[in-house]
Amino acid sequence: MAFLDRAARSLFLTELLGGLGLTLRYMFKPKVTLNYPFEKGPISSRFRGEHVLRRYPGGEERCIACKLCEAVCPALAITIEAEPREDGSRRTTRYDIDMTKCIYCGYCQEACPVDAIVMGPNFEFSTENREELFYNKQKLLANGDRWEAEIAQNLAAEAPYR
Amino acid sequence: MAEFWSGFLLPLIIIVLKILAIVVPLLVAVAFMTYAERKIMGAMQLRQGPNIVGPFGLLQPFADGLKLFAKEQILPVGANRFVFYLAPMLTFFLALVAWAVIPFDYGMVLADINVGILYLFAISSLGVYGIVMAGWASNSRYAFLGALRSAAQMVSYEVSMGLVIITVLLCVGSLNLTKIVEAQQTIWFAIPLLPMFVIFFISALAETNRSPFDLPEGESELVAGFMVEYSSAPFALFFLGEYANMILMSAMTSILFLGGWLPPLPFAPFTWIPGPIWFALKIAFCLFVYVWVRATMPRYRYDQLMRLGWKVFLPFSLLWVVLTAGVLVTFGWLPK
Repeated sequence: MAFLDRAARSLFLTELLGGLGLTLRYMFKPKVTLNYPFEKGPISSRFRGEHVLRRYPGGEERCIACKLCEAVCPALAITIEAEPREDGSRRTTRYDIDMTKCIYCGYCQEACPVDAIVMGPNFEFSTENREELFYNKQKLLANGDRWEAEIAQNLAAEAPYR
Repeated sequence: MAEFWSGFLLPLIIIVLKILAIVVPLLVAVAFMTYAERKIMGAMQLRQGPNIVGPFGLLQPFADGLKLFAKEQILPVGANRFVFYLAPMLTFFLALVAWAVIPFDYGMVLADINVGILYLFAISSLGVYGIVMAGWASNSRYAFLGALRSAAQMVSYEVSMGLVIITVLLCVGSLNLTKIVEAQQTIWFAIPLLPMFVIFFISALAETNRSPFDLPEGESELVAGFMVEYSSAPFALFFLGEYANMILMSAMTSILFLGGWLPPLPFAPFTWIPGPIWFALKIAFCLFVYVWVRATMPRYRYDQLMRLGWKVFLPFSLLWVVLTAGVLVTFGWLPK
C-alpha cells in the first residue's frame, strides 16, 4: 500500500501542486520590503557608525590628546600628534582616522575619558575613492558638529549602563 | 517597372512590414517578460521587485538593456572568435524565425505551411546548436560542461515532446497549426489529453532551460554555464533569445492544448474579444506558470533530470500515444 500511495502521489504531482499553491498564497501576502533610500530601519542607540570628534557646548574641542584611543585601537587606524597650545592646554595638532582600516569595534569610544571620540549613528558615508576615507581632525570635528544632537541623545540613553 | 513594383517590390515591403509587426511586439513582450518575472518572483518571496525606474519600475527592462549594450565586450583568450560571436546570433535568430508559422488568428499567420508543427519542432531542436557552439567556442570548462548538459537535456526531452505532439496530431489529422487550433472548436485538447498537456509543459520547461531544469546555467555549480564568458551585447542576445524561446514555447502550448485564438466558451461575452487577445492571454498565462514554477521548485539533480526524461516521460507518453490511437480507432473518432 505504501508503494501505491507513493506512486499515486508522484503520478498526480500532489506535492508539486502543493508547493505551487503555497507560493501562490504568498504572492498575495503583504510585502516586507523596506524601501531603503526612502525608508530606513530603526538603529540602536549603541550603533557604531561613522566616527565624530565632539566639542563642549562652548565650542572648545573635548579631545585632550591622551592618546588612549590610539593605544587601544586594534586596527591601528588612529594617528595622533599633540603639543601644548598657546594658552598652555594640551590639544591635538593632528587626529587622523583611516576609515579603510577601522573595524568599528568601538574601543576608541570606550577608552575616551572625555567622550570626545564617539561613533555616531551615520552609516551612509561611502565615497568614490580611498583618499576620501582618510579622515583628518577637521573632518571629524565637522562630523561632530553635524551629528551632535543625535549623539548627545544616544549618549544620554546609554549613560545608565556605562 | 510597374511589373517590378507589383510583382516583387510591393510583396516584399508587405512581408517585411508583417515581419516587423510580429518581431517588434515580440521583443517588447520579451522586455516586459523579464520585468514581470522579477515582479512575480518578488511578490512570491514577499519582496517588491523593481519599482524605481519609471512608474512601478516599468522602464526597468529598458534600463537593463541599455546597461548591457553599454558594457564592454570581452573575448576570452583562446576563444574561437567567429563561433563565439555566431552562437548568440544563432540563438536569437532561431528564437525569432520560429514565429513565422504561429497563427495569431484565423488567417493571421506569416507562412501558413502544412508542416507548421514540424517546422516549429525543427527550429526548437536547432536551438541547442547556439548553446553547444557557445560552450565550445568559449574555451572554458564551465561553459563546456554547461553546453554538454544542455545538449543531452534538450535531446532527451525532445523525444517525449515529439510523442506528445504525435498524440495531438492523431486527434487533429493535420500538421497545419491553423487546423490544429480549429480542431479544438468543441473542446480544448488540454482537457481530454490532460496528462499529455502536463508532460508537454514540463518538457517545454526543460527545452527552454528553465528552472527546475536550468542545469545548463546551473549558477551554483557552473557559475553561469554556457554563458559564463559572454558579456555585453552577445549576452543580451542570449538573454533575448532565451526569453523569446519561452514565449514561443508558451505559444506552442496554447496552440496545441489551449485552443490558440479560440475563446474559452463559444458564445457572446467571450466571442466579443478578438482572437489575438485570447491568444496573448493564453501565452501570458503559460508564462506566468513558468515564473511560478521557477519561484517554487529547486533545481533537479542531473541524474534525476535524465531519469525523469527517459524513464518516466518517454514510456508514459508512448503509452498514451498507443492509448489515444486505440480509443480513436475503436470509437471511429479518427479525423477524416
